[in-house]
Amino acid sequence: MTVAALPISPHPAVDGGLQLEVTNVSPQTDSIVSITLADPSGRKLPSYVPGSHLVVQYGGEGVNAYSLTGSGNDPSEYTISVLRVEEGAGGSMAMHRLTAGDHVYVSRPRSAFAPASTATHHLLVAAGIGITPVLSHARAAADHGTTSSLIYVYRPGAGAHVDEARELLGPALTECSNRDSFQTVLTEQLTAQGVGTHLYVCGPIPFMDAVLDHARELGWPSARLHSEAFGAAELDEGEPFMVNLVRSGLRLEVPAGVSLLDTLEKAGKSVPNMCRKGICGECVLPVLRGVPQHRDLYLTDQEKAENTTMMCCVSRSEDPELELDL
Amino acid sequence: MSIIIDKDMDIESLPDRIRRFPFPFSGDTYRYSANVQPANNAAATDVGSWGAGVIDIDEFYLDELADRDRILRRDPSRMQVLPHMRPAVWDTVATLLPTMAEENPDIMSFHREGNNCRWQNKLQNLDVEFTVGDDDSLPDGPLRFLGTQIQDDIVLLDIRDNTMWLDAGLVSFAADWSFGFDVGMSFMEIHHPVPRVKEENIISRAEQFLMRLQPGEQFRRTNWTMTIGRRLDTSTETYPEWGPDRGTIANDPDMPDKLHLRVEVQHLIRLPHTGVLLFLIRSYLLPLRDIAQVPTWREKFGNVLAELPEDMAEYKGIIRYRKAASDWLLAG
Repeated sequence: MTVAALPISPHPAVDGGLQLEVTNVSPQTDSIVSITLADPSGRKLPSYVPGSHLVVQYGGEGVNAYSLTGSGNDPSEYTISVLRVEEGAGGSMAMHRLTAGDHVYVSRPRSAFAPASTATHHLLVAAGIGITPVLSHARAAADHGTTSSLIYVYRPGAGAHVDEARELLGPALTECSNRDSFQTVLTEQLTAQGVGTHLYVCGPIPFMDAVLDHARELGWPSARLHSEAFGAAELDEGEPFMVNLVRSGLRLEVPAGVSLLDTLEKAGKSVPNMCRKGICGECVLPVLRGVPQHRDLYLTDQEKAENTTMMCCVSRSEDPELELDL
Repeated sequence: MSIIIDKDMDIESLPDRIRRFPFPFSGDTYRYSANVQPANNAAATDVGSWGAGVIDIDEFYLDELADRDRILRRDPSRMQVLPHMRPAVWDTVATLLPTMAEENPDIMSFHREGNNCRWQNKLQNLDVEFTVGDDDSLPDGPLRFLGTQIQDDIVLLDIRDNTMWLDAGLVSFAADWSFGFDVGMSFMEIHHPVPRVKEENIISRAEQFLMRLQPGEQFRRTNWTMTIGRRLDTSTETYPEWGPDRGTIANDPDMPDKLHLRVEVQHLIRLPHTGVLLFLIRSYLLPLRDIAQVPTWREKFGNVLAELPEDMAEYKGIIRYRKAASDWLLAG
């Protein structure tokens, strides 16, 4: 067993999250491993909404998001499955090197693919590694006594979690190994559903687009269509930029993933603030030069267009440098 | 002219109801705003603090719960759960009871194995076991049970189609609104009667903010109004019982003891397993006589009441007596 050292500091995306220990690594297929994480002292982990993902820090700097495969009800461990991507940024390769006993920084579970509470039936559609969040949905539906069915497309021999899906869904699982049979099954099921059914799709983006387009063509309203979009509910970390504080004579760099407010506070500047989410309006700053990238919910469209004020907790810069009256 | 200066206050000698009161005004004016901040941080007031935890248990605990029980027996419409909200009710129970045990380890404990739970509450000599997901495992169901454990009113908002819907709750202490009337409405519909906030876009901003919260995140805000008598149930349903007092209190010699500043500490919590928004409303009442014991409070509240625009005073239902209250406070 090798114990990998934790990176020196958590990435902003996992800051305020959890430090977990790898308790099990088991191969699902030639290129997919399941990794189980638990609290090192055995404490329970936060519950999560079905279809949630974890942001996991790998190596010193990078972060990746992976879907949780459990139901999310009062878990004592988190399980994710990771597809090895040879030409990727290196995250999946680093994840595949993890062994039991390693420690990792992870975010708290984040929800961006939640089931609809009013659905009378969940129609789940997955391709390849896209099985992971819909497996979570199927488990939660079973817990809550709601029915679900799953169309799962995977290359023969390359399907992860197939046995679990069979056991969980029984005859409600349809397995497809090629495009033609999938199209037939999908059309059948899209036309046979009652009005209370919601559809959830996860897989490669062209696959999701094709499924959603097909459903819309058959008259499905978009309120009943759901697709996994990692982190869509979050603000992206943005580009680094410089701020010039004219009255203080300070010049600071705001790195990607760190807010202007955090940067100012670290430099010893105190700015009144309350929500730190771009809604309360407390942390407004006067802008003297440069165009802010407004990402708040507080300023009106007109105020945003004037570019004379900004909310430093969430907003960033369109220009390489902003000049602030501070 | 002489200026009377109050003797130095002896803060230590002030009663808990004042030292723990969430006095909501930081200045001499008040306007609506999206005044949200992270929960679980003690907020200092001039004489104490509030808000270190989520569920506050105070000297009125048993009285208020008995009051709620009477209200619910008389009017069961104060509690409603649309069928799709059952998992969210259990999510609420499974979130709040452990929180209370953690915040009050001497008087409460919570243990969970799988879905089997045990809850003990020494304030009520209570020791119950129940199963998460099984409505029959708690007397009168999980929401009614939770309503016997916390003083807060409970509202659950489902989030779907990019909108929040008030689809469940237990509200015995509504301040001039009707829970039964609002059930099933959207967040925008519920707030439609509030003056100014539509023009100022506050409600849609608040909704966007709440929908962007991640499960497990906990925020809070305060709101305020005034109530005559130590009375928590000022719902639309019981208006005939409390409404007429609004017309007589200004000339009532007992006004300083009868008229209360009513502050709601509202917690906004995205539930971890269902993602439903839990909205807790904890109501505090403090009579003018008590407020006057803190000179800065007396002055700020007196000024806020004097300055408050007519439309806001009208909506809060205080327009007929706010001048009398303000005059009394500022006369010192």
